[in-house]
Amino acid sequence: MTPSEQNDSRRTSGWMGIQRGHQARPGEWLAEKFIFLVSLSAILMVLLIFLFVAREALPVFLGQTDTALVKKPIPPDDLDKLSPAKLEAYLEITPEQFAKMTKANLHDLMEMKVEEQDDVPEKFRNDPDAHINTTEWKYLVQPHQWKGYDKPEYIWQPVGEIKKFNIIPLVVGTLKVTLIGLLFAVPLAVGAAIYVSQLARPRFREFLKPAIELLSGIPSVVVGFFALLVMATVLQSLFHYQTRLNAFVAGLALGFAVIPVIFSIAEDALTSVPRTYTQAALALGASRWQTAWQIVLPAALPGVFAAAVLGFGRAIGETMIVLMVCSASVMSWSVFDSARSITTTIAAEMAEAVSGGPHYRILFMLGALLFAATFISNMIGDLVIHRFKNKLEGKK
Amino acid sequence: MNTLTPPEYLPEPPSSSPTTRHFRAEKFDFWSFFFSGLTGLATLFIIGILVTILLNIIVNGWSAISWHFVSTIPKKDFFDANTTGVLPMIVGTSFRVIVMTIFVIPVGVITAIYLTEYAANTSNVTRIIRAAVNNLAGVPSIVFGLFGLGFFINFVGKHMDALLHNPTAVWGQPALIWASLTLAVMTLPVVIVATEESLKAIPPGLREASLALGATKLETILKIVLPQALPGIMTGGILAVSRAAGEVAPILFTGVAYYMASLPQHLSDQFMDLGYHVFVLSTQSPNIEQTRPILYATVLVLLILTFALNIVAILIRARVRKKLRALG
Amino acid sequence: MAETLIPKPATSAASGAAAKTATPLIDIDKVSLYYGASKALKSISLKLEEKVVTAFIGPSGCGKSTLLRCLNRMNDLIDNVRIEGSMRIGGHNIYDPNVDVIELRKRVGMVFQKSNPFPKSIYENVAYGLRLHGVKSKADLDARIEESLTASALWDEVKDRLHSSALGLSGGQQQRLCIARAIAIKPEILLMDEPASALDPIATSRVEDLILDLKKEFTIVIVTHNMQQAARISDQTAFFYIGELVEYGATQKIFTNPAQKRTEDYVSGRFG
Ligand SMILES: Nc1ncnc2c1ncn2[C@@H]1O[C@H](COP(=O)(O)OP(=O)(O)O)[C@@H](O)[C@H]1O
Ligand SMILES: [Mg+2]
Repeated sequence: MTPSEQNDSRRTSGWMGIQRGHQARPGEWLAEKFIFLVSLSAILMVLLIFLFVAREALPVFLGQTDTALVKKPIPPDDLDKLSPAKLEAYLEITPEQFAKMTKANLHDLMEMKVEEQDDVPEKFRNDPDAHINTTEWKYLVQPHQWKGYDKPEYIWQPVGEIKKFNIIPLVVGTLKVTLIGLLFAVPLAVGAAIYVSQLARPRFREFLKPAIELLSGIPSVVVGFFALLVMATVLQSLFHYQTRLNAFVAGLALGFAVIPVIFSIAEDALTSVPRTYTQAALALGASRWQTAWQIVLPAALPGVFAAAVLGFGRAIGETMIVLMVCSASVMSWSVFDSARSITTTIAAEMAEAVSGGPHYRILFMLGALLFAATFISNMIGDLVIHRFKNKLEGKK
Repeated sequence: MNTLTPPEYLPEPPSSSPTTRHFRAEKFDFWSFFFSGLTGLATLFIIGILVTILLNIIVNGWSAISWHFVSTIPKKDFFDANTTGVLPMIVGTSFRVIVMTIFVIPVGVITAIYLTEYAANTSNVTRIIRAAVNNLAGVPSIVFGLFGLGFFINFVGKHMDALLHNPTAVWGQPALIWASLTLAVMTLPVVIVATEESLKAIPPGLREASLALGATKLETILKIVLPQALPGIMTGGILAVSRAAGEVAPILFTGVAYYMASLPQHLSDQFMDLGYHVFVLSTQSPNIEQTRPILYATVLVLLILTFALNIVAILIRARVRKKLRALG
Repeated sequence: MAETLIPKPATSAASGAAAKTATPLIDIDKVSLYYGASKALKSISLKLEEKVVTAFIGPSGCGKSTLLRCLNRMNDLIDNVRIEGSMRIGGHNIYDPNVDVIELRKRVGMVFQKSNPFPKSIYENVAYGLRLHGVKSKADLDARIEESLTASALWDEVKDRLHSSALGLSGGQQQRLCIARAIAIKPEILLMDEPASALDPIATSRVEDLILDLKKEFTIVIVTHNMQQAARISDQTAFFYIGELVEYGATQKIFTNPAQKRTEDYVSGRFG
């Protein structure tokens, strides 16, 4: 049958042929469902990240971790009085292990715990610090006067006999480095965004924009390397400070990494201000910079603000640069002291932390904290941009 | 009579609006000069930083790079400038990036297809997907590392070992596959956004033409839309690859090894990595002055890998954007 | 009879033939269409005969394209569209849930206002639709492509460069290629939405000649802004005004002796 005959035969059958419905194309239907399901993967991933970072950190939040060296052991005969969850926490075993154990096994384990306590060296028995569970929230965020110190202090010292997990030095370190980075990056990036979007000639712009965006293509480990080998030396000879590697160097290097982020968003916001605004001003005889400064910048201000917020989110999450440039966890607000950020701590200490131990859990807790902080700053940034764009469109 | 300028005998009015001020000082406007100069300097400074970093690395790295260097598997002491090489790192980085691409491109492209071709723009599902993509793009890379450890290794891997009755941990430990999957999750937004951008650049008229000829939606997507979107999808892939190739934080706990005597063979192997090697060389060298040349050479290799890809991506993207603007 | 939704293979040929003679090919009955909350079509009723050229005229924004796009359900692609009333083609309600839209569109072809050739070769542009319809062999494809390019008066101009890009053609040629593409798959009905609005006078007259030619084989519905064009090529004319059908009748009557004042004002160029 030739195609045209086929066509003719169809024609004589009238318009019945169109009545077949979706059942006629199961492939199409399946493909659509499949595409929809796959597209949910982004949501799934965000949920999984949240779930699994939080899962590993959960014992810290639930108060199930205990680092006290001297504990009052539970008499093995009290076995029946304890709930399974409590037993698991006390014996430091997983639910799967628990399920496999007989009562006799559990009893033995509890006796071992009692014996363990007998083995605790004499020097700890009288040491008040050894009785403390340092993973309690009180010790995580409040200063404490440890033995040998003459005043309460914030200390992060996850190795040693008494493990100290105060997270404040890390938070301070993160904020310090981040703020230095932003103080450096925001003016530069916004200035460049104004120049590129408003003042530069179009031919120039075509080249400047991708050039600045190229900066984001440099891996952060390379920026860190550059800061460590070149910048640190140059800056020290310029400013004559003591510690060669400090928060100042780390902050500047961090600035390099966030400049392209801030620039891109700010430039986008500035160019999305409708031409009609600027043309009206220019027609009135305002110069280019006056238009930029008095018309465009105020109109784009929310976008520029969002750029800074998103830059902040990027900066507190940056790891390798700070890890390479400075990493001592001293508690200090001084710019020229070293600083250790949250990201750095996780990166540097996860390898030595015992899987499932308190240190491991607290590192995950820090990760959850970081996730929450960037989540919030991204939400704010996106919301502001969204409103800004809507407003511009509404005005048009 | 010129009504624009007031008679000379009148006192000068206070320069109220900048417009009038500008009108008067036509010859030299200090503020205009200052402002343009300042923002121009900021731009110049940023470009300067970029050029300085690149030149510094190229000049120092070029002299230290050699065929021997890129083709040698180093001994345990890889700080020795004469015998060291970066072959396992090049192989490791490429391997993990290729495996990542296999996972991220299909998922990212299909998601973008759903968002632009199927979903109603106003539906709640679309809004949530977009929010999730945005959010995923902002998650710090170290958190991806934690996620890889907590989910892929401690959950998926451990359960696989249990199911397969492996006597020792095979999957429940850092491995190439887990590092690649972690990176795939991390670069998913890159691929989605780039693909979406290129899908949106395709004139709706083409889709209508195809549908009006009696093509189904799927046929239209496969035969008309996707071929057109190919450059954009490539850009997305390249951007993802170049982003992932240089990332170190997400692989720290999920698969990278400080040293391995042989190249990675299986998905369950650990691997050496260029970026991580840069980190190791610059922070753990016993003698940084002696390590400096190989450090520069390693950085140069890494940059060539990531940067060359980036430039290609930027060029393709510029063309796609131009097309988009021409249509708008 | 037309309510029968389940195909009955034994009687379908007979009932189809019966439907063809007993009822008009296209029967639009009290169709209203909403884009979200705004009503773009207000209870339109219209019957179109087979192998007749019908022109839709009216000031811009009055819903001509909207009604046209209802006929092959291209409006399904737009979010938030709601349609009331019934629209029958060959006796079958095309908005019935059982209707296969894909099959419908294969039989109700469309040419758009803005020519939209695929960024492929001229040959592939026409071959695309044919392949969708299962024409596979090279010989068949070649024959059908030559046939439709000839029918759209493009063959002589492009026969030497069938495999070069369609985007290299002039505007008028591109539009004729789009027509060739649409008629290659032999639809029964051809919908044309201002097919000549973007063309120069010479290209326009070629397209008009083409339409007069195609009339022998197809039922054509054409939207046009150009009164002379409507008068030249159409047998029937429908005049729309802000979503309403004001007048419908033989073209000659509409242009010489319209029943409605508004129609007269419009066709004589007093507004629009
Ligand atoms: N996709 C759409 N969404 C919302 N309103 C639309 C859409 N398309 C057309 N309209 C509106 O419907 C009305 C009729 O449009 P249209 O059919 O294109 O008019 P015509 O083709 O007669 O110029 C207009 O008021 C137009 O604004
Ligand atoms: Mg129209």
